Amino acid sequence: MKTGSGRYDVCIVGAGVCGANIARRLSAYELDVVLVDKYADVSFGVSKGNSGIIHGGFHHGRQHLKARLEIQGAMMFDRLRQELDFPFKRCGIVVAAFHEDEMRAIEQLYMQGVDNGVIGIEMCSRERMLELEPKLNPDVLGGLWVPGGGIVEPYRFVFSLVESARKNGVELLTDFKVSAAARSGDEWTVRAEDGRSIKARYVVNAAGLFADEVSAVFGAEEFAIKARKGEYYLLDRLSKARTERVVFPVPTSVSKGMLVIPTVEGTVLIGPTADMVDDKGDAATTREHLEKILSSARAMIPAISENDVITSFAGLRPTLGDDFYIEMSKKVPAFAQVAGIQSPGLTASPAIGEYVKDLLKKAGLKLKEKVDYDPFVGKRPHVKDLSPYEVDQLAAADPAYANMVCRCEKVSEAEIVEAVRAGHTTLDGIKYFTRAQMGRCQGGFCTYKIMKIIMRETGLSYSDITKNGGESRMLKDEL
Amino acid sequence: MKELTYDAVVIGGGAAGMAAARELDAAGCSCAIVEREERLGGILGQCIHNGFGLIEFNEELTGPEFAERMEERVRGTGVAVYTGATVMEVDAAPEIKSLFCYSASFGVIRLNARAIVLAMGCRERNRGNIRIPGDRPAGVYTAGLAQRLVNIEGFVPGRNVVVIGSGDIGLIMARRMSWIGCKVHAVVEILPYPSGLTRNIVQCLHDFGIPLYLSHLTTRIIGRERVEGVEITPIENGALMHEKSFVIPCDTVLLSVGLVPENELSKDAGVELNPMTNGPVVDSMLMTSVPGVFACGNVLHVHDLVDYVVEEAKRAGANVARWLKGERPQAEARIKAGPNVRYVAPSRADPSRDNKIYLRSLVVKNEASLEIRVNNRVVRTVKKAHIQPSEMLSVDLSRADLATCSGSPDPTVEIALA
Repeated sequence: MKTGSGRYDVCIVGAGVCGANIARRLSAYELDVVLVDKYADVSFGVSKGNSGIIHGGFHHGRQHLKARLEIQGAMMFDRLRQELDFPFKRCGIVVAAFHEDEMRAIEQLYMQGVDNGVIGIEMCSRERMLELEPKLNPDVLGGLWVPGGGIVEPYRFVFSLVESARKNGVELLTDFKVSAAARSGDEWTVRAEDGRSIKARYVVNAAGLFADEVSAVFGAEEFAIKARKGEYYLLDRLSKARTERVVFPVPTSVSKGMLVIPTVEGTVLIGPTADMVDDKGDAATTREHLEKILSSARAMIPAISENDVITSFAGLRPTLGDDFYIEMSKKVPAFAQVAGIQSPGLTASPAIGEYVKDLLKKAGLKLKEKVDYDPFVGKRPHVKDLSPYEVDQLAAADPAYANMVCRCEKVSEAEIVEAVRAGHTTLDGIKYFTRAQMGRCQGGFCTYKIMKIIMRETGLSYSDITKNGGESRMLKDEL
Repeated sequence: MKELTYDAVVIGGGAAGMAAARELDAAGCSCAIVEREERLGGILGQCIHNGFGLIEFNEELTGPEFAERMEERVRGTGVAVYTGATVMEVDAAPEIKSLFCYSASFGVIRLNARAIVLAMGCRERNRGNIRIPGDRPAGVYTAGLAQRLVNIEGFVPGRNVVVIGSGDIGLIMARRMSWIGCKVHAVVEILPYPSGLTRNIVQCLHDFGIPLYLSHLTTRIIGRERVEGVEITPIENGALMHEKSFVIPCDTVLLSVGLVPENELSKDAGVELNPMTNGPVVDSMLMTSVPGVFACGNVLHVHDLVDYVVEEAKRAGANVARWLKGERPQAEARIKAGPNVRYVAPSRADPSRDNKIYLRSLVVKNEASLEIRVNNRVVRTVKKAHIQPSEMLSVDLSRADLATCSGSPDPTVEIALA
């Protein structure tokens, strides 16, 4: 990691899905770019706790910037997957209606989708719905089918984007909490809480939940990001409730409702709730909400059972009005605001990368294409996706591929080592990168093995092993 | 890929796997044990307390000593032992079954066998399984993981501890953490009675002055980065008394909230499971619904003592040897869990032989009686001084008990507690 004394053309604050997309997009040009984040790893904020859905483009009308970016972004994922090798699948989305009133709402969504140019959108009879998703409650009346909707592992997407950006020259500074900024000449000086500082001509504020605080630090626009909490349950991959499609209820004016999501990696996610919270650090789950999720999800997919629950978690979404706020600051120079990126932010994020690149260009940033830009990152083998014969061949070169560390998600020692070498040195970072600890035993068997691998590979002491950075230390002492 | 063939392959090298393999070898069958850890013995290796072996070895041993004794019985026999090897795929074809084993020392090998013995043991239920709400900080461990960290890796996971659930591992760990200078503030149990063995309540809690909160639910874990406390709510007449909730400050939460047989490989092999035990449904030979696939030990149902695991696994090993030689039960009686019985294992008895049945009670009771009913007629009653869900019960079903089975087209044995 660089010590942070460098000068850059662009500093992006926030290494979530927006910051990562912007960084990667800018990495195609002859620019010095730095991506900074206050957490110990990338994707540790809003981008880690969400539904992981590539939306269908029918929830919002095209008068909204977010709808236009959603549709554009959704179409970019196939190419991104080719380049970046992250888990993504267009499994399709169904919206299920259980009352006549809801069928009228479905019709509205359909018209909106058609108006937005959604490919393949159709209204469905009960028979068609049950054919598309046999696990639906047979009481379904009809609904909407959007074949282009899909699912993605959001943190893996961010990891791949950042890996690609770094491969093309972007620098990453983690544990860099922006605490002060000053403009002199045509340059911003950006200081971190720990004393590090960098200089950059342009700054992009993609700080998610804390974009308001970052804006204030730069003396830019005043606004308030409110956190909306979404709680989820994760179900075992052997659950009988695993659907083929993402299943949505008919949305309300407040939210898209609670969904049943067959994750790309084989588990099932149900949720989220949607509740405004005052405290942006409050990602606690509550008993009442979790009960609500189970009953709502079960109303659509009756096979859902609490016996299949592996874990629960909550994510916070940054809300600011009813649209994204992406524009150059009108108050301070060379400062781009990328704020209020709630749903469908993940879907829109590749398009946000393009959009911000264009904003910066208009604001005077010179964009000259790199001749040696390489959009591809190397494919990594995952033992769980390979046949025994393939694993045998891999193990001939590196025996660690045949040493299983996480039995539930089938992760080998070699994959853990790769995660550590890619800079993921916290237990959560390794979990998001490899899936180890994410399965049914929730790390009961593999946590100590992973801690030992981190210590071996990095030379860190036991007291430096954290769950997700900061003071989240795993061990208090040694005997 | 290297390929090897045995009469039987045992998956898991804990107490159950070793006992089964030893019997197979003694009966002249070739067999292999595949163990994912570097050493045989399974979880016994980290159970450095004593209390093991009173039945099997007639003396009190620690876990590692018990494992060593079992290992001595296997070493020097014809049993092939693969350690550091994980079975990743099972193909339970009717005649010859195949297992793909992954290991850093030899890559992938394929083991072929006519019979498979499932002896994978169990895993701990975790926070998600019992759905404890709240923050998700560092410092929440299952008791078994904490035991591994302390006893084998030599690390102290935390200083101020609350144990959730009164299962045996949690009780043992309450004592262990006290011994290494940590403060155990409480053991919190949702039920009105402890889940662990009485001897552990006395030796691990009473002797250390650790309070046990019965009928209390953990309603929240508090702490953004590291655990700062747990919120506990009393349960009165089945209802949560939210106004009586209180917070116990601590930096570590250990969970001891039950064990689940680890049957993912069994499911892959098409084995039918019993929802009451989460283990396979087995017949009088301890054979699962897939012919040639047998199960014993904690993968079949969670035992309370390793001595009983060994007892059951020895029988499984001997049965597999009989099965490999072509023996099949002629007629079997169905065994069902009657009043106040949570489960019985196995699910079938062979009236032409003596059978051993394990069961667990749903109720706590003194001066209880266990009834054996064949086709709805009581054939024998056994007095039990005390029964409780945490203590496994066993009963011998002799040929004499089952004599009336013959002549009945679908004989049923019911075990009842009263």
